[in-house]
Amino acid sequence: MNLHEYQAKQLFAEYGLPVSKAIAVDTAAAAGLATAEIGGDKWVVKVQVHAGGRGKAGGVKLVDSAAAAEEFAAQWLGKNLVSYQTDARGQPVHKILIEACIEFSQELYLGAVIDRSMRRVVFMASVEGGVEIEKVAKETPEKILKTTIDPLTGAQPFQGRDLAFRLGLSGEQVKQFTQLFLGLARLFHDLDLALLEINPLVITAAGDLHCLDGKISIDGNALYRQPKLQKMHDLSQEDEREARAAKWDLNYVALDGNIGCMVNGAGLAMGTMDIVQLYGGSPANFLDVGGGATKERVAEAFKIILSDENVSAVLVNIFGGIVRCDLIAEGVVGAVQEIGVEVPVVVRLEGNNAEQGRAVLEKSDVNIIAATSLSDAAEKVVIAAGGAQ
Amino acid sequence: MSILVDSNTRVICQGFTGSQGSFHSEQAIAYGTQMVGGVTPGKGGQVHLGLPVFNSVREARAETGADATVIYVPAAFCKDSILEAADAGIKLIVCITEGIPILDMLVAKEKCDRAGVRLVGPNCPGVITPGQCKMGIMPGYIHLPGKVGIVSRSGTLTYEAVKQTTDCGFGQSSCVGIGGDPIPGSNFIDILGLFEADEQTEAIVMIGEIGGSAEEEAAAFIKTSVSKPVLAYIAGVTAPAGKRMGHAGAIISGGKGTADEKFSALQDAGVKTVRSLADIGSGLSELTGW
Repeated sequence: MNLHEYQAKQLFAEYGLPVSKAIAVDTAAAAGLATAEIGGDKWVVKVQVHAGGRGKAGGVKLVDSAAAAEEFAAQWLGKNLVSYQTDARGQPVHKILIEACIEFSQELYLGAVIDRSMRRVVFMASVEGGVEIEKVAKETPEKILKTTIDPLTGAQPFQGRDLAFRLGLSGEQVKQFTQLFLGLARLFHDLDLALLEINPLVITAAGDLHCLDGKISIDGNALYRQPKLQKMHDLSQEDEREARAAKWDLNYVALDGNIGCMVNGAGLAMGTMDIVQLYGGSPANFLDVGGGATKERVAEAFKIILSDENVSAVLVNIFGGIVRCDLIAEGVVGAVQEIGVEVPVVVRLEGNNAEQGRAVLEKSDVNIIAATSLSDAAEKVVIAAGGAQ
Repeated sequence: MSILVDSNTRVICQGFTGSQGSFHSEQAIAYGTQMVGGVTPGKGGQVHLGLPVFNSVREARAETGADATVIYVPAAFCKDSILEAADAGIKLIVCITEGIPILDMLVAKEKCDRAGVRLVGPNCPGVITPGQCKMGIMPGYIHLPGKVGIVSRSGTLTYEAVKQTTDCGFGQSSCVGIGGDPIPGSNFIDILGLFEADEQTEAIVMIGEIGGSAEEEAAAFIKTSVSKPVLAYIAGVTAPAGKRMGHAGAIISGGKGTADEKFSALQDAGVKTVRSLADIGSGLSELTGW
């Protein structure tokens, strides 16, 4: 789960990290009032969406009057921002962050991720701040400094000092950086983060470290113990069908093709998409119905798959390990009847009671094509969808 | 021979009296697994499925001589259950539960490593040595004792591979689901090393998927340390970047972890790869001449 920049900065502030005075607003009038409340004569206004590339898309602006802030807010609120990180529709803008403008002399990068190979939280810092860090990592990996956190002892001050000195900081900045590093490590741990990024972390005209941007992702598996973060979840930033599927404990990801897929198991769901493509078809989605493929869940899965109007055929691929295929077949028949599925449905059942399952499909009077194997299923569904592309 | 478990493995179950623990323990017993008891704090002294229930793993181990545990407790309590088992001296922990916070796993994995405990999972189907010992949720009847070692990040894809190797008559030495999480207790390398050393295993099927670099690390390991024929399949060629495909660990991030990268790393290491998951059995025939 991702947070907005304004939410990340609220959390930074709670952990004593230096952020600008800022107010998130959802009306143009409030944007004007916010400039007065923050004070000063220059403000940075930023659209709040779950995507990078806002600056290039016109979603970040320096303004010098309340009227200009209002104008910016009026221009963006209710619209979608399209950047290189979003799809063609873009992400809806419901909030604008108004922030005091800070003069700075240098841009650094500071971030933390969970490194899967090392099985550690790894902090990364660089003097190459303010640019895409993936690019820095690729072109000049030596410019990314790292320190790994021992899961049993947590982050230690010496690690912060070490990074600070290697970044070329000195004096008071080393202390500030160490405090910042320890604060972020605490935040990462307390809030079950999966990713944390401050890009840029700037050195102000006065020589102080300051978090100019903030990005936070939370480990979805840990949300149950983060009630405060659950409330920060902005569903408007997520794909509507994916959010709806999640309510039914179904894992759904929309793709561009025309063959809907309903599968039990995440790996098999991916493998099914791949085999559809091998036979010249194009998958419309990833969908894992999970272990308990009941009639209700199967019906809901069909509804979600068919809400994508590109879908011209559906492949149901179930490996009944513990669950009985005949029960699943009854569920599929029931769901197809109940919601009136009009596109061809190809079903491949394997495993527990697969024979009986196929018999159930054949006996039913709905338009279901029973497949004898996975390859057969892929071949049949591609033909049913209008042939290889 | 086999790896990790056999007919001598004395197994307990944590979360024994819960619905998952009960259902799968019953299946395991029916399969012939040497189940010796279970743990549910507060229910010590009861008898469940004809086996003793204990309040703690320490007690269960002392009373039954258990050397392996299978964990079905809810995700929020798994870290505690893993640490309890490791602390009690259990040497093989198989954790089936899905949805454990990553930071919990970082600690659990580190503690297991330091204690010399083999952890398999979480978010996995478990470990089986056909005809001898079933620790997990895999359907026992699709297995056949034999000569192929199977290691996989996905449950249902493991079953596909098992079914095909059974239908071909090759059978399996042992099958290990290492799970779909970003921080698995055991990685491909750990299990490949065990299969390499196992006399019964004549060939290895490895099933990976997008996300992370475990398959690339496995490829490097196979090149230097595995002499047995290896067949690999990777799921997720059609998966879009930046999207989590069901498993917590199945995500292409920052352009890294694609199926194509993994296929080419494995091919470079001399591994035979198949692009269709329906070709695992036939691919194995071609590779081994069976």
